[in-house]
Amino acid sequence: MGKFKKGTKRGMGAISTASLPDIVFMLLFFFMVATVLRTEEEKVRVIRPEASELYKIEKKHLIRYVNIGPPMDNRYGTEPVIQLNDAFSGVAAIQDWVAKERLTLAEAEQSKMWVSLKVDKDTKMGIVTGVKQELRKASALKVLYSASSRERTGSEN
Amino acid sequence: MADIAFLLLIFWLVTTTIDSDEGIKRQLPPPVPEDLVDVPPVKEQNVFNVKVNFLDQLLVEGEMLDIGQLKDQAKNFLVATGDGVMAHPVGRNTVGKSREVEFITGANGKTNAAFPERVWVRRSELTAQIAQYEGMMAGASEVQKRNYQKLIEHLNEKLTAIELFGGDYKELPGSALISMQNDNNTSYDIYLQVQNELQSAVNELRDELSLAKFGKTYRELEDAYDRDSENMELLSKIAAVRLVYPQRISEAEPREGSAYY
Repeated sequence: MGKFKKGTKRGMGAISTASLPDIVFMLLFFFMVATVLRTEEEKVRVIRPEASELYKIEKKHLIRYVNIGPPMDNRYGTEPVIQLNDAFSGVAAIQDWVAKERLTLAEAEQSKMWVSLKVDKDTKMGIVTGVKQELRKASALKVLYSASSRERTGSEN
Repeated sequence: MADIAFLLLIFWLVTTTIDSDEGIKRQLPPPVPEDLVDVPPVKEQNVFNVKVNFLDQLLVEGEMLDIGQLKDQAKNFLVATGDGVMAHPVGRNTVGKSREVEFITGANGKTNAAFPERVWVRRSELTAQIAQYEGMMAGASEVQKRNYQKLIEHLNEKLTAIELFGGDYKELPGSALISMQNDNNTSYDIYLQVQNELQSAVNELRDELSLAKFGKTYRELEDAYDRDSENMELLSKIAAVRLVYPQRISEAEPREGSAYY
C-alpha cells in the first residue's frame, strides 16, 4: 500500500483578493453612469413637495435651475432667498440671468429652454409669484415645478 | 491597483449627486400688456374657481373644500354635459362612472346645471362648415386664404377625432376654464398640491377616454409618440383626446394681503 503523505496542515484558506479591483471598478462605472456631476453647491435648503403628475425632461442640457428656500447658513437669516447658479439674487436680477443663460444654448434651442423651480415647500407664494412674473417678462415661459414623486390621490369619481 | 480604484470611487462619490429632473410642467402665459382692453366677463358657470387663502384653506366654487376632494369636483366640471345627463361626452355609450350633477337657480330664476354646457360636434355640421370655408376661400386675398386654411385644418382635426371615436362628441365651450387664485402668503406646498390635483383630474379623464377608445392610457400614447415622432396616427389620437379634455388651468394675478374672509 502506498504511503499517504499526511495532508500538509494549512490554516483557513485566505480569500483571494485578486478580483477586488474589478469589483471596485464596476462600482465606479455604475456611479459614473447613474449620477451627474454636481454643478452648483446648494446654498438654500430645498425640501420639495410631493406630486403625482410628474414629467421628466429628457434633454437635461436645456434645464436651468432656480432654487428658492431659506439659506443653509443661518448667518444669512431665515427668510427664503433665491439662488441663481452660485449666488444669492433678488427678484430683479432674474431677467438678466435668463438672458445670460439663454446665450449658453444654441440658437435653435433657445426657445426650448426650461427653468426648473426648486422651491422649498414652506416658502410663501409671494416670492415665487414674483419670480414667475419676472420669468414671464423675460419670455422664459417653460417652467417645471420640481417635486418628488407620490401616488395619485384616490378618487370617488 | 485596488487602492487607485478606491480613490477614484471616493472622488466620484463625493462630487456627484443622483439628480432627478421631474416636476409638473407648466407653460406660463405671456406677460399682460399694460394697456389691456377690458376682456368681456365670462359666464360664471364656465369657470371653475379655486381660491387658496393665507391659511392654506381652499374655496372651490364658493364652497370650502378639503384638498382630497378637489380632484373629484374638477372632474365633475370637466365631464359635465350640461343637459343633466352625466354620460361621457363621447358617443352615446357611457364611458366611465356616472356622476351626480348639481343644478343651481340663477338670479334670473332659470335653473341651469352649475357646469358649462358642452356643445355637440357633429360630422355633418363639420363637413358643411368646411365646404363653406372652402367656398369663401375662392374669392379671398392671400392673408384671408391662410386664415381660412387654418380654420379648415382645425375642423379637419375635429373630423379625425370623430372618425377615431366612432361617433360625434361634445366639446367644452371655448371660454370654459379652471382658474386658480392664491394669496401671497399661501404656502408653496398647498399651491403645488392644488396644481397637481387639477392636472390629475385632467390626466385621469384623458386616461379613461383613451383606454376606452384606444386601449392605452393617454400617458402611454404620449410616450409612444415621443419615441416615434413620425407616427401621425398616434398624433391624431393624442389630439383627439385633447379636443375632448383640453387642459385649461390658468392663474389669476395674486392678491395683496389676504382679504377673503
